[in-house]
Amino acid sequence: MTVVYEKPQALNDMVMHYCPGCTHGIIHKLVAEVIDEMDIEGETIGIAPVGCAVMAYEYFKCDMIESPHGRAPALATGVKRSLPENFVFTYQGDGDLAAIGAAEIVHAATRGEKITVIFVNNAIYGMTGGQMAPTTLPGQITQTSPYGRNVETEGFPIHVCEMLSTLDGTAYAERVAVNSIPNIRKAKKAIRRAFEAQKNKEGFSIVEILSTCPTNWGLSPVDALGWLEENMIPYYPLGVYKDKSAEGNQEVK
Amino acid sequence: MTNYNILLAGFGGQGILFSGKVMANAGLVEGKEVSWLPSYGPEMRGGTANCSVCLSERAIGSPLVTTPDILVVMNQPSYEKYIDAVVPGGKVFIDSTLIQANCERTDIDIYEIPATQMAKQQDMSGLANIILMGKVLKETGFAATESVEAAIRKCVSARKAHLVDVNMQAIQLGMNC
Amino acid sequence: MTEKQAERVLMKGNEAMAEAAIQAGCRHFFGYPITPSTEIAAYMSKRMPKVGGTYLQAESEVAAINMVLGAAAAGVRVMTGSSSPGISLKSEGVSYLAGCDLPCVIINVQRGGPGLGGIQPSQADYWQATKAWGHGDFQILVYAPSTVQEMVNLMMEAFDKADEYRIPALMLVDGLLGQMMEPIAFPEKDLSTIPAKPWATNGHKHKREHNIVNSLCLKPDELEQQVIARFARYDIIKAKEAQAEEYLVDDADIVLVAFGATARTTRSAIDMAREKDIKAGMIRPITLWPFPEKVIQKAANTAQCFLSVEMSMGQMIDDIKLAINCTKPVHFYGRTGGMVPMPVDILGKIEELARGLK
Repeated sequence: MTVVYEKPQALNDMVMHYCPGCTHGIIHKLVAEVIDEMDIEGETIGIAPVGCAVMAYEYFKCDMIESPHGRAPALATGVKRSLPENFVFTYQGDGDLAAIGAAEIVHAATRGEKITVIFVNNAIYGMTGGQMAPTTLPGQITQTSPYGRNVETEGFPIHVCEMLSTLDGTAYAERVAVNSIPNIRKAKKAIRRAFEAQKNKEGFSIVEILSTCPTNWGLSPVDALGWLEENMIPYYPLGVYKDKSAEGNQEVK
Repeated sequence: MTNYNILLAGFGGQGILFSGKVMANAGLVEGKEVSWLPSYGPEMRGGTANCSVCLSERAIGSPLVTTPDILVVMNQPSYEKYIDAVVPGGKVFIDSTLIQANCERTDIDIYEIPATQMAKQQDMSGLANIILMGKVLKETGFAATESVEAAIRKCVSARKAHLVDVNMQAIQLGMNC
Repeated sequence: MTEKQAERVLMKGNEAMAEAAIQAGCRHFFGYPITPSTEIAAYMSKRMPKVGGTYLQAESEVAAINMVLGAAAAGVRVMTGSSSPGISLKSEGVSYLAGCDLPCVIINVQRGGPGLGGIQPSQADYWQATKAWGHGDFQILVYAPSTVQEMVNLMMEAFDKADEYRIPALMLVDGLLGQMMEPIAFPEKDLSTIPAKPWATNGHKHKREHNIVNSLCLKPDELEQQVIARFARYDIIKAKEAQAEEYLVDDADIVLVAFGATARTTRSAIDMAREKDIKAGMIRPITLWPFPEKVIQKAANTAQCFLSVEMSMGQMIDDIKLAINCTKPVHFYGRTGGMVPMPVDILGKIEELARGLK
């Protein structure tokens, strides 16, 4: 019998705690596949966030550190500066990265820290039960924006890739989504490219991944994929926002 | 007297902290216990600067000198602030180019030296502090002259090593006035 | 450690601690400038590149302590330094470092508080350092040197003990010690004794299971056991690592207790008291956690009373009372807000107490 598909080596063999239909599992798999393909599991240190992916340190088979909320880029800086030849990645959600950890991510990027950031944007706080995130869309209803996010009072969502791509230290920034097979393939390519940027010491690399949260969005997993496509992608356009190594490929659209 | 509690005060930029470092290093050269403590504050230039220097045969308790037995002052506000803090029998050294002294105390020795004017006349601008130190050296003997010279060599950065001689001339000028 | 026969040099406390760290094998410094501790960062920025190390000026105190966390997890000797308001900002990271059992060294060059307070010397972060620097059940090692030479020696010891017990260590000093210069000699440091760190997250290279550095534990019974195990380690530290210096305590009626810069002026006050035939002595805690309880307890057998001298409104006094179970009166003299208790003022308090004894 020919093996046509198997679980990546860089993931531990265990049941994940994610909700049914959550796309964290897909993203974990993509990261692990890239680690396998580059054969860097033994040299990689991952930093797990506070948020839904808090248990990621159990799932990845490389060495892992569990970070305080939002501080993963600072931890990653400490690790990378101590072990410059190793691979270091953070795995962060939107509250972790764009709210409480906004300073850490901006400065890690502007310093050009040679780390890779996997940024999961699902427009909501998942683990605490569906509160407004810095990436919650205008008008989107959450537990703490029960009348819909009002930009007059709650302000506007942060476009993380756009913001970080303005910084000279950012070598690579791409936004992808995991709502369809073609998009999942593109997401993996982007993750690979981000790790390659780290390998080539180009600078800071980030992949923003639009992701679903069926539980807190109050939608079925399938409807959630549709909601992502109809609402998130128009607001957060997919594409490469910065690629230092590819001249002329710095503009999206 | 072999123990000295010295307070130097003036404006930032007059070389107050440098003088203190030279005195502390002179003590160190002679194997004494020494300490040097600067005032530190938000003003970087032109504000008040002072530093405490202790030279002692024994371990130094407070490095902060609040009741000096040697006071060196290079501006009017410092003179007014510290003149009454000097212990009876203490010695006060005043740059009289910059300070109008009108002290009524008779229990202390006051030496008025126009150090800034002397420095200007001798083409030693910026060395009024060192001229004053020369006078302190003569009147208190806080260290041997060779120790002060060794200390100046230590405190002058390599980039300014050529200034050691003129510093020593300033010391002599102070000692002779 | 043996003292080198090297020439003594005059060095500022802050710079001496930084150099001592480098000589103790520390090659990573993450910090943020704040008066009166900035010379530490400035010194490191100059020296680290010359010894192949990393100096990084973080975007915030919070980021700095978390960079320390990352480097400590990677298994290297790492440190940061700050002053009171910055130290408060680091409290999150310190709790995580303790919860992850990570070694590191932190310097607090204390200044007057609360809030922005002032920039002159203070010891008012005693409670924070010894009782509550962050959330959760934990302790850290707290060293309180009182001379620049001792700042050097304890800095080196702090790195060793932090590694030995996998615990953060704090150098609790103040603006006076940080800013003053005193003659020092650097002891020869044996770096071959730095323990291996098989727990470090430095890449498993397929030679071991993956390491996890983590403070999360969602099962209360397991978390309880983790904390209990950590406190068992604290008991060993308490038994082995408490240090104090005694000065004329044996025949003293009045035993003063003071640490850091305050111990210097207290010693002068005791010398003045002895000249007046007042039997005063001093216990100088060198470690504040663990607190040298036994030395204080022993003195309670012969002393008539204690006097805690602090640059605060009175914080260490609680630990003295606890150590002796309030069997003898414990008095207090202190200045705060950046004021330094001077020998003559302390002497006044000693004389007042001595009159009460007669």
